[in-house]
Amino acid sequence: MASYLAQQTINALQLGSIYALIALGYSMVYGVLVMINFAHGDLFMLGAFACLLLATLLPVHLPLVVILLVVMIVIGAVGALIERIAYRPLRNAPRVSAIITALGCGLVIENTTLSISPYPHFMPELFHSTTIAWAGLTITTLQILIIGVSLALMIGLDLLVTRTPFGMAMRAISFDSRTVPLMGIPVNTLISRTFFLGAGLGGAAGVLYSLAYPQVSAGMGVLIGWKAFIAAVIGGIGSIRGAVLGGFILGAVEVMAVAFLPSTYRDLISYSLLLVILIFKPYGLLGQPPNQKV
Amino acid sequence: MKEFLHAAARCRWALPALVVLGFAFCLACEFFPIFNDYSKVVLITIGINIILCASLNLVNGYMGEFSVGHAGFMSLGAYASAVMAVNWLPSTPMELPLAVVFGGTVAAVIGLPLALISFNTRGDYLAIITLAFLMIVKSAFENIAYVGGPRGMTPPVLTNMPWTFFWVVLTLWVIRNLVYSRFGRAIIAIREDEIAANAMGVRTREAKILAFVVSSFFGGVAGALYAQLNFFIDPRSFDIVKSTEILVMVYLGGIASLFGSVLGAVIFTVLMQVLQPIGTWRMVILPLILVLLMLFRPRGIMGLRELTWFLPRRELKKEPGQ
Repeated sequence: MASYLAQQTINALQLGSIYALIALGYSMVYGVLVMINFAHGDLFMLGAFACLLLATLLPVHLPLVVILLVVMIVIGAVGALIERIAYRPLRNAPRVSAIITALGCGLVIENTTLSISPYPHFMPELFHSTTIAWAGLTITTLQILIIGVSLALMIGLDLLVTRTPFGMAMRAISFDSRTVPLMGIPVNTLISRTFFLGAGLGGAAGVLYSLAYPQVSAGMGVLIGWKAFIAAVIGGIGSIRGAVLGGFILGAVEVMAVAFLPSTYRDLISYSLLLVILIFKPYGLLGQPPNQKV
Repeated sequence: MKEFLHAAARCRWALPALVVLGFAFCLACEFFPIFNDYSKVVLITIGINIILCASLNLVNGYMGEFSVGHAGFMSLGAYASAVMAVNWLPSTPMELPLAVVFGGTVAAVIGLPLALISFNTRGDYLAIITLAFLMIVKSAFENIAYVGGPRGMTPPVLTNMPWTFFWVVLTLWVIRNLVYSRFGRAIIAIREDEIAANAMGVRTREAKILAFVVSSFFGGVAGALYAQLNFFIDPRSFDIVKSTEILVMVYLGGIASLFGSVLGAVIFTVLMQVLQPIGTWRMVILPLILVLLMLFRPRGIMGLRELTWFLPRRELKKEPGQ
């Protein structure tokens, strides 16, 4: 039993680190713009598709690191582009307009992909995984890779946000968005970069997810992306460390739910968890209530 | 022509007469072959969509909140009515109206605690909670064997044009009277500035909860009519895509406008039928329309305006600009 639990913990870490990477994108955008970027889950899906295209269409076999970097840059650029075209004109519009636009953008991306490629694709093996048995547990090198890359990206982001001028500007804008432009900080550049970073992390999550569960389909943005959004809300949307915490909590809850209950209960349990947490902690575990100014 | 329409709108008997005529026409359609079955289904779908759109407009348009859970209420209404029609009172004459009222009531009863939870927080959190609600309803029905689980249910085909017309008129009438009452002014005040409304002594919490419950009741009614129309319902019929369709209708027709809701529902339903041949590309074009609307005309076609016919008579007596 104990080793079964430990085994499930490793699976939970794998799923949780992917959720956390996607949740970071939701949280960063919410932090700077106070807006739910509902299109983010579909950027994750595009990341998986970009990885698939790079792995199957090119005549040469690219190393995994190169694929990961290219996908992150491409998806980051797509995220920044969406912000430039669809969200920036609405920055002073009512908040609801921005949410609807995000929802619409997500649907456009999802259904365009669905119309072009209606059937799921299988991801070729990009990383030759071996199994390590240790103390009654089995862990694959792929799991180590996924958890390691995610943790490295998260630590990198945390350093970027806490130690660099860019990170300071990001934190400042989520603290007080009106004063920051008066201090001479180029807000548009800052927001573009935030979208680039968030979407890039989502793209990386797409690559890692398709390595772990080698099936790529247009619906995965909705399936996984919305779950990651829950993770961001559980942790407190707008809080970067909260997003990571929420990702791992959700991963653990889902893996344990499937381990002990029929798998059809997974969604029921994860969304009920969200509802319960919002009843008792309305702004998430690490979130701050917004400042109310009259 | 314009003067004539304005004068007609002000006449005491014009609107009731029009409603009676419309009902008589729908009744006639049941007995005489005026439309074929396909056109009838499209017309009933327009009616159902008007109910959905007008009821969501109460929360999203008049109150300015953002709920994405309307398909969840539809689902509750559909399943509740289907259970009633299949298991409890098969083939009785009052089967349809009772099932529809039951569907609406179940949706409203579930809507109340949801409103209590969601209005503890503000703004975007209603979107999050209604989203969670939508997903919970879907996976709950998938796990309840009594209602068929993922395979769904096959309720009898009962919805007809007269009953749909009746519910459309009732929905529009109730929402119109609510919106132009003291309660309606409260929810509009919430949309404009909730803190100021609170400071003026408006009981914002009660107004929000009432609006949400009324909206969920009619969402359930629409779901019940939908269930008895299509012969088949399953949990996936009421997912986030369905909610998005209703949102497209609301924001296309125009926020805070009942005529806008009617217009949005008609345009959307007809467009969906016309665009049938292009398959999944439909769901590319529709959100694209929504995005373009938000960028260039964020309030929709009729946003914040109303056709004279949809105003109560005492509003007409007021001077313009009052």
